[in-house]
Amino acid sequence: MTAVRFNEVCIMFGPHPAPALAMADEGQSRAEIQSETGHVLGVHDCSLEVAEGEILVLMGLSGSGKSTLLRAVNGLNPVARGSVEVSADGRMVNVTEAKGAALRRLRQNTVAMVFQQFGLLPWRTVRENVGLGLELAGLSASARAAAVDRQLSLVGLSDWAERKVGELSGGMQQRVGLARAFATDAPILLMDEPFSALDPLIRTKLQDELLDLQRDLKRTIIFVSHDLDEAFKIGNRIAIMEGGRIVQVGTPREIFSAPASDYVAEFVANMNPLGVLTARDVMEAGPGEGPRVGAETPVRDLMDRLAAGETALIVEDAGTPIGRVTSESVVARLCD
Amino acid sequence: MLSWVTECETPEDTEGLGPLGYLTECKIRIGDAAEAGFDWLQANGSAVFDWISDFLDLMIEAILTLLQEPPNTGWIRDVGRGEEVYLYPPDLHSILIIAILTGIAWWLHRGWKVPALVAVGFLFIVNQGYWEETTESLTLVLSACVVCMGLGVPIGIAAAHRPRLYAGMRPVLDLMQTLPTFVYLIPAIVFFGIGMVPGLIATVIFVLPAPIRLTHLGISSTPQSLIEAGQAFGATPRQLLWKVELPYALPQIMTGLNQTIMLSLSMVVIAALVGADGLGVPVVRALNRVDTGLGFESGFIIVVVAIILDRLLRVRTK
Ligand SMILES: Nc1ncnc2c1ncn2[C@@H]1O[C@H](COP(=O)(O)OP(=O)(O)O)[C@@H](O)[C@H]1O
Ligand SMILES: [Mg+2]
Repeated sequence: MTAVRFNEVCIMFGPHPAPALAMADEGQSRAEIQSETGHVLGVHDCSLEVAEGEILVLMGLSGSGKSTLLRAVNGLNPVARGSVEVSADGRMVNVTEAKGAALRRLRQNTVAMVFQQFGLLPWRTVRENVGLGLELAGLSASARAAAVDRQLSLVGLSDWAERKVGELSGGMQQRVGLARAFATDAPILLMDEPFSALDPLIRTKLQDELLDLQRDLKRTIIFVSHDLDEAFKIGNRIAIMEGGRIVQVGTPREIFSAPASDYVAEFVANMNPLGVLTARDVMEAGPGEGPRVGAETPVRDLMDRLAAGETALIVEDAGTPIGRVTSESVVARLCD
Repeated sequence: MLSWVTECETPEDTEGLGPLGYLTECKIRIGDAAEAGFDWLQANGSAVFDWISDFLDLMIEAILTLLQEPPNTGWIRDVGRGEEVYLYPPDLHSILIIAILTGIAWWLHRGWKVPALVAVGFLFIVNQGYWEETTESLTLVLSACVVCMGLGVPIGIAAAHRPRLYAGMRPVLDLMQTLPTFVYLIPAIVFFGIGMVPGLIATVIFVLPAPIRLTHLGISSTPQSLIEAGQAFGATPRQLLWKVELPYALPQIMTGLNQTIMLSLSMVVIAALVGADGLGVPVVRALNRVDTGLGFESGFIIVVVAIILDRLLRVRTK
């Protein structure tokens, strides 16, 4: 089932997008369009389907149009051409044409958002911030309480419920942001670089927590990141953007093994390979003796076992041995 | 055409005038135009002015009655022999009001210093015999607050949401604050007569720009990220205003209230010139009689009231 569908979405910032769109159709770059028409190309002809329960990561350099595309899903950015549809109550609803009450209903019930700078209301307590979506939807305080308490315990902030959000650390504030988005029970979550403002240790921790939560909640998540390591860790699929256009969509493995352009290859070259490589990638051909491991075992686990004294590990796929992993084979793969 | 705009009405007036003659002889009729405008307003808008006047009068009377001894409240008991026993002696009312104000000070500040200052300050005023004038001036200040905040906050919100409106309003606001106060005392008297109401009107004209500007500042500086957070969770424009913009702007709006009060107090002497009661009256009288003692005394009382209000309002906002 498709949860979000982008149909040739074009977003152009400026009052009269038509001529600028024509230039974009001819393949002109953002700089050319801007110097000629004064319009800023947000995104151009982006088509993409996000399946229910999937985490799709929008990846790219800063300014590549990730946020712009994401914000079309809840109508924060107007779409100049094309449309975005989301699945609501079992049918696809066109967000681009939704207005007023219909758009607000989508935002209250179907699509929730997490912001890079948290977007919390500093004069409110943690509890009041988490309940914001429900409050805007018109639920009374007593009707909100149960849902809010559940979300608070889910993100481990029950003891902080009555504090003002300003008293919390950045990591905790973003937990509040996550709880606020989860609290509305919206099946679709938009996350715009939610962890980029946090320091690395906290970021890793929150990434793990998000994956844990997602295992139970199974929402559809569109996640924006400029960090390929994060994208590979979080995403079921990754869409890589450059200059307002999607240049490659695929699973982490597909992107890692077959970058579609130099731009993508550059990203891949700069990432930490330990996050993606599995036994299949680091094995060498040939027979051997040793314990058996699955083809999708992460390379980190293999290295742990090799370091612990194993000399060779036999890689098997569906029960048949397909190669062997040794210290040399791992080092050889990491060095090229 | 020329005859309408300048004082050179007939051809004879301009006969033989050189360029400099035109400049000095043909005065442009700004004063006449203003007068004509006010005449027209007085002729056609009197119903509106009467209505405004009645409304303000009612509010002033109500506040004044609260602060001063309520008249004929039947607190006096006639005990048999025609002797009058005051269950609630008139002087007690000032003490009651001072106690209430001290209580408010304690509630706002949770310390003993400010309440002590409020109590001592007002008791000093009672001792000096200026309690009645003080209540009258406080009434003027309170009424000005009600009117200025009641008008200023909505206007400030509207201006923040419509940048073009604010651009148009700014020269008017500047004019209201820079025009010498005496200039609009005259039309205030023309439209509202003599008394508390024209004093209040003059005060409002002078003070109103402050809450408008501060409300505008607070609302329009609401971070875009907070507005978008509200929108992303489906807020209506009204919900955005009440749940995001107004709470964000609250510190500025409170600063506006603070300024409204202090600026209104600074107008009590001017208000006395158009017949408003209060602490300005003895100041004006002292000026007329060149009475140094009275002038110093009443001026000092105004300073005391100003200090009390200033300390009372300096509530720390987080
Ligand atoms: N509201 C806007 N008005 C004008 N230009 C904008 C607006 N929002 C984004 N842009 C421009 O669109 C381009 C893409 O921005 P964005 O989607 O925020 O990039 P990313 O999130 O990938 O860093 C940038 O060049 C940015 O300057
Ligand atoms: Mg961005």
